[in-house]
Amino acid sequence: MMRWVEVDGERYPATQGEQLRDERVVDGARVWHPRRSKAAAALVKDVEMPLEDARVLYLGGGAGTTPSYVADLARAVYAVEFAPSPAKRMVEVAETRDRLFPIFADARDPSEYAPVVEEVDILYQDVATRGQAEVAVKNAPFLRDGGRAYVVVKARSEDVTAEPAEKYEEVADRLGDVFDVDRTVDLSPFYDDHAVVVARR
Amino acid sequence: MTPWFERGTDADAVERAFDEGGEPAARDLPEQAVEEGVFGTREEYYDALHEATVEAARRRVDDAVDTAERDVINAVRTLESLNEQLNEVDERVRDWRDETGRVPVEDVVEAREALEEGRDETRGFIEERTPELAPNLSNLAGPVLAARLVALAGGLDELARMPSSTVQVLGAEDALFRHLRGDAPPPKHGVIYVHPYVRETSADERGSAARALAGKLTIAARVDRYAGDLRPELADELDEKIERIRGRDG
Repeated sequence: MMRWVEVDGERYPATQGEQLRDERVVDGARVWHPRRSKAAAALVKDVEMPLEDARVLYLGGGAGTTPSYVADLARAVYAVEFAPSPAKRMVEVAETRDRLFPIFADARDPSEYAPVVEEVDILYQDVATRGQAEVAVKNAPFLRDGGRAYVVVKARSEDVTAEPAEKYEEVADRLGDVFDVDRTVDLSPFYDDHAVVVARR
Repeated sequence: MTPWFERGTDADAVERAFDEGGEPAARDLPEQAVEEGVFGTREEYYDALHEATVEAARRRVDDAVDTAERDVINAVRTLESLNEQLNEVDERVRDWRDETGRVPVEDVVEAREALEEGRDETRGFIEERTPELAPNLSNLAGPVLAARLVALAGGLDELARMPSSTVQVLGAEDALFRHLRGDAPPPKHGVIYVHPYVRETSADERGSAARALAGKLTIAARVDRYAGDLRPELADELDEKIERIRGRDG
């Protein structure tokens, strides 16, 4: 169950699960800090994310920090990461969560992990490569009808000179080809030049 | 498409499934596995999948880290060699031109251009790969210096185990041994000298700057080796430290 806890006068999400590193624990719950996780930033900015008991495909799992919170809530989390050093840590994190399945593969080529990933209720993506929209489009077939997609857009990884708002719109437009785009939520002040596009299959 | 559990129920099955691949689709794989009698329940399916994916990922990641490290080390040694060769050829060609007003062997000019191209491509490779292997070290030192430090240490693992006083003089082994023989003062820095935070700090404070930089680089290497996530705050802390050191001066 996700809870909300008070830390330094702010309301943050928190989950129940084994402590990972140095995250704060309040009333036995792991504080999910919006400056350390874009998913937490989205939650604090009122993005609704029905993670409880969901099957989740998580693209860009990094060192596994955010996937660990998601795995505290979800039924199954398939976490894909391709950079070797973060992936090494993600595997260690996965050992502490028995429904977190680490996949060392390139999210731009989902055919590789297709024999392992089941139908999912949620597609969450935070990859910092070019062509962020393309990655989500290629992975859309895993998402069930009515399932939700959350695509973090990092304006700077596409083009350092472009206006972030234009970049968000461009990504949302491309996602519109295979999803129904609901809205785009800016992640400031927690993350500069980042937004999450919320969509439905 | 063959789901992983039709190839077995362990990490080998997952690895074979990855190699084979398939068409992405929304399929209830746990249900299918139970129907086919491979597992008794969905929970058993997930238990086996967890063990298999963790083991398969560990194998592949270990291989990839190893390869990435070998690539970065070889690339930076090649870069140094190409730089030396370029300098040497440039020197020869300059002498030749000074003496005769021309260089009458066309292939020499072409060879020089090829060397330069190779150098630039090698540098591009290092700039792309080192941040994947050592994101924090690259963020603080720049990818090329980060790669040189990894190469001098003999690996990221070795670098992460070094005290920062050793990192500070990596690449200055000759000067260090002269000092240990009693013939010279201790070296203040090794290859980290090329970092603007050392080179562009006044001579009086350069030793302090080198010590501060080496300290943060050591922490960065440890985070890269044992955690792997990018922590931008390390760069901010280093910026502040250097600013304070430079502020003492004058």
